[in-house]
Parts: sequence; structure tokens; C-alpha cells
Amino acid sequence: MAIYVDESTRLVVQGLTGSQGRFHGFRNKAYGTNLVAGVTPGKGGTDVDGVPIFDSVAEAVAATGANTSMVFVPPAFAADGILEAAAAEGIELIVAITEGIPAHDEAMAYNYVKQTTGTVLIGPNCPGVLSPGKANVGITPPEIALEGSVGVVSRSGTLTYQAIHELTSRGLGQTTCVGIGGDPVPGTSFVDVLERFQADDDTEAIVMIGEIGGDAEEQAARFIDGYVTKPVVAYVAGVTAPPGKKMGHAGAIISGSSGTAQAKQEALRSVGATVVDDPTSIGEAVTSLL
Amino acid sequence: MDLFEYQGKSLFARMGVPVPEGREARTPDAARAAAEDLGGRVVVKAQVQVGGRGKAGGIKLADGPDEAFKHATDILGMDIKGHTVHLVWVEKASDIAAEYYVSFTLDRGVKKHLAIVSARGGMDIEAVAVDEPDAVVKMHIDPVVGLTNWQASEIVYRAKLDRASARKAAAALRKLYAAFVSLDCDLVEVNPLILTGDGEVVALDSKVTLDSNAFFRHPDFEEFRAAFVEEPMEKMARERGLNFIKLDGSVGIIGNGAGLVMSTLDVVSLVGGAASNFLDVGGGAGADTITNALDVLTKDPTVKSVLINIFGGITRCDLVAQGIAEALDGLELRWPIVVRLDGTNAVEGREILQGVVSDSVIPAETMREAAEKAVELAERG
Repeated sequence: MAIYVDESTRLVVQGLTGSQGRFHGFRNKAYGTNLVAGVTPGKGGTDVDGVPIFDSVAEAVAATGANTSMVFVPPAFAADGILEAAAAEGIELIVAITEGIPAHDEAMAYNYVKQTTGTVLIGPNCPGVLSPGKANVGITPPEIALEGSVGVVSRSGTLTYQAIHELTSRGLGQTTCVGIGGDPVPGTSFVDVLERFQADDDTEAIVMIGEIGGDAEEQAARFIDGYVTKPVVAYVAGVTAPPGKKMGHAGAIISGSSGTAQAKQEALRSVGATVVDDPTSIGEAVTSLL
Repeated sequence: MDLFEYQGKSLFARMGVPVPEGREARTPDAARAAAEDLGGRVVVKAQVQVGGRGKAGGIKLADGPDEAFKHATDILGMDIKGHTVHLVWVEKASDIAAEYYVSFTLDRGVKKHLAIVSARGGMDIEAVAVDEPDAVVKMHIDPVVGLTNWQASEIVYRAKLDRASARKAAAALRKLYAAFVSLDCDLVEVNPLILTGDGEVVALDSKVTLDSNAFFRHPDFEEFRAAFVEEPMEKMARERGLNFIKLDGSVGIIGNGAGLVMSTLDVVSLVGGAASNFLDVGGGAGADTITNALDVLTKDPTVKSVLINIFGGITRCDLVAQGIAEALDGLELRWPIVVRLDGTNAVEGREILQGVVSDSVIPAETMREAAEKAVELAERG
């Protein structure tokens, strides 16, 4: 089994008529993802390469039975796009790719969705979710992935690709690769994804990619301690990052003594995770555990 | 983006939070003129984007213009934790009856806003929190609802702020919270927020961090930058849309994606070297982006070798290779470049790279191999 996305995914892309939304929406479709609709207000009734465009997510759901929405809306309107997808009955999963959403918009959208509709939100500022051989909802280049039994969860984009690449090049396939995003308020946390991988019969090992800032890795460590029996290989980026400097991602900042890579590595190591200090070693570490 | 105290206070004033009247001064003469203009006793305050000014001697009380001149002479040019003082803020001295601490920020763990309020302001709040945890009141605020009247009032009572002025304090909290949200701040901290002798609540200090993702809503905020002294390379990189941070080592780093670049710095350190910078070209970099990135590194005399680490997703490796080739033609590069390309169009990218391979352009298969080569070249160079 895969988690979050698979053959039953019926995808609507908010922003399918934009250049990024179109490129990635159709790359997902070419991979086999069931792309059923696009949404761009004002362009309802038209189509992009045969995929119908609707004025709203609710209309798209009513007409096509879409159950998953991918948000490719520009930062200024992205939080509103997330709220719209959450409000559309039938949408069970929202994957928000947009980078650069204002922090207050993001915190508001997160809390609203969580409290009001309970829709699962992944991202924003994330590469999306790829279940090799089944569906790709996001911007991960699918050719680097391989179907198999390792679950991957990561806060970073390109570092996720790096991890998948290391696994695939050693013949280690993946059940699902989940990018949760590098923003301060991610819709889905490490803990949420770990819980699903633990419950997924096909996932035999988990690779977790963290980075400096916040305490999501420490929370993950506490969860692993109590609930995860599958082997976990972890990598944390930013060991050499200086305090007080935002390392690209809005969430990647060491403030005072909290959020350091060393503390996160230690937390994960102390609960039995195999912590590697170089992404190139991820494949080797997984091989030795399986 | 961290603001100077006086810039933060200008935002408070805009939101209706009382602040003392003051003037900017870049010279002792300007400080004297400001003191004359304001009249009476004034405070001369160093403007730096770092805490601990008071202890460092960067805040001084003056009885009049002559003393303001003298203090400004001492403070201007002073080094405070690596920050040189280029500007002082001269403001009317306040009559302080009590000093409070107030801050609003995002609690990432709980994913809600967090208010922290204490009646023990004016000093190191972290020390107060350790010694007397009950003296520091923390309350979460639902970002969907915002800070309500009852919550503001509850915080004031629980923090044991002066009862007679509780309404004014609660009103100040709500205005500061409104500033936090509507002006898109990552942090609003006031230490101290004071109670004056005649019962007014006034922000005597400000520490404000703005969310640069929200600048499209506040185009005027860009003007705050004019007062900053920006590191020239960081400025050049920012103007070219590159995410750049100067570091202390000798291996220049260019990569795509924050996580991968951070990881590259770590691997360079792991094999015994040190990165001279963090440079993320972002997603979808074209040939010109790579040329621009290399151009920025040419301004850094500490660079001895450069490592380009690309894992193409949106970014196409062929364009990256093309950018390297163009830079070799158009720029004067003093150092060897080690290049690792994987992901989208990597095969095409490596082919282009083969055409320009030399002693100074070296391809590498893996991240680790690339780091080892780049560190070795930096040590040799």
C-alpha cells in the first residue's frame, strides 16, 4: 500500500492554467496520476489539453469527483486557495506546493482547516507526495523513484530527491515519498507521516530527512519512541549552520540554543533511529537494516 | 528582516501605540540639535539589529544638548556584538513607574500565536523565566480568532500588571497584536513597555522582525533597508534574487534548494573543509542564474574553490551547465569549480560540461566526492 496518494487519487490542480501548474500537473498525469480537473476563476468552461477547467474547486468536485487538490496558486492568494479546497466537500487531501506564503496567512489557514473541516493538508512550500508506480502529486521528478518498501518523509525539496536517488541507486524502492515542506507551520508533520508509515503493511523501513529550526524532529523522536517499531534512518541538515541566519527555508533558523541539528540528531539517536551524517550514506544504512 | 528600534516604534505609532517623541542622528552635532529640539532630558540610544545594547553602554541619559552631544560621540562607531553603531535615536526621557515585558510570536510547536507578558520587564526576560517562572505569563492565541478582549484582559491580570491602568495595558496589548498580524511581523517584542507616573502605557523599546514573504502587501517596508548597512555581497545576491549568506571558510557553495545547500555545507565540513558561503539559486534556475551566482562569488577574496551541487527537479541540469560555460567565457574566475549534476536533464548537462572540462572545471559523481575534490583544491589553492 501507499499512503496519501495512489490509484484512487482523483486530482484537481488549482492553477492548472499557469505555467508551473500546467508543467507539473501534466507531468503528474503522464506518470499515471488521474488528473481530472483544473481550477482557475474566470476560466471555467475552457480546457487545457482536454482537462476541463472550472471556476471553483466545489464545481470541479461536483463535476469530476475530484478527491485531492494540488495548490499551484501564487503566494498572495495561496492561503485562500487552501481554504477554498478545504471548503469543497469531497476533497480529502490538499497538497500545497506554493513557496513564499506569508506566515500569518499560513497559520490562519492551518488552524482553520484543522478545526473546521479536518481536511489533510500537506505543505505549503513542499515538493508534494509521490507513490512510485501509483501516483505523483507534486514536483518530484518521478524518474528517480522506484516502487518498493521504504517510506520517505522530508522537510526539504531537493534533499528529498537526493535521498530517493540514494535509495533507488541501491535498488531500494519506496512505498511513498512525502515532502512536508520547510515552512514554520507545515500542514502535516513528521509525526502524522510516521504514524501512517507505521500502519502501512508494505512499508518496511522509514527514511526521515530533517533540518535545523523548530522542534518537529524532537516531536518525531518522541513519537518514534512510543509507537514506531519499523527501522528509521534519519538525516538532519544544517550541522554547520550559524545561529540567527535563516537558511533559505522560512522555518530553517537556529534561535538561541534551540533548533540545532546536533540536538535533533541526538534526540533521534536516543530513540534508536540510525542517524547518518551524510546523505550519501542513507542507502547503505537502509540496506544494513533490512 | 530585523528592524532598528526607531523603525519598529514608527510602526507602533502607526497602530496607535504611544511611543516617546524622538529624532534620528548620525553625528554628534545632529544629536545635539535633536536634544535642543526635543527639550529637557533625553536618552541617546544606539541603533543596532542585536540585543544587549544597554549592558554594552549603548543607551545613555543626557540632561541636555551638550551631554547628548557627548554621549553620541561615545556611542557612534561603538561595536556592539560585532555590529557597528552608525545611528543613534535621541528621544525624550520618560517618567518610569513600572516596566513590563510583552512579546507576540508564532509558537511553531503548537502552531498558534503566543503572547508572553511579564510585570518584570526591563531586564533579561529569559533569566526571569528561569528564576521566577510564575512571573512570566504565556498564552496561546488562535490565529483564526485573534487576540480577544477577554484574553488581553486575562493576560494583564495574570501577569499582575498595575490594576489601575489595566484597561490601558490591555488596549496596548491589542494594538501591539494588531501590529503583529496586520503588519506581518514574525516577532513584536517590547521590553520595556512602561507605565508612566501619570498612568500612561508607553512602548519604550521595540524589537520587530518583518516577514519578507509578505512585503507584497507592504511595499513601503523596503524603505527600511535604506538605513541598514548591508554586507555588499549579500546585497548583490539579494538584488539578483539569490539566497546568500556569507560564512567563514574557503569553499564557495552553489546549490539548488535550501536543504541540499545546507547539507552540502555539512558534507564539506565532514571531509575537513569549510564553506565560505551558503548560496541557494532556488527552483527553476536558468543559465543566467548560475552565471549570476558565480559572479557574486568572484567578489569574495576568501574563496579558493567552488562546489556546484545541483539535483534537478524544476531546475534543469543542461541550463546549469550552460550557465557554467557562459560564466567561463564572460567572467574572470580565479578558482577551480567542481560540479555535481543529477536529476532533470543530468545527461544533457554532463555532456555540455564535458565540452568545457579542464583543470579548472571538474565533474564529480556524488555529493561526497564533489566535496572531497573541492576541499582538496581549496587547500592547494
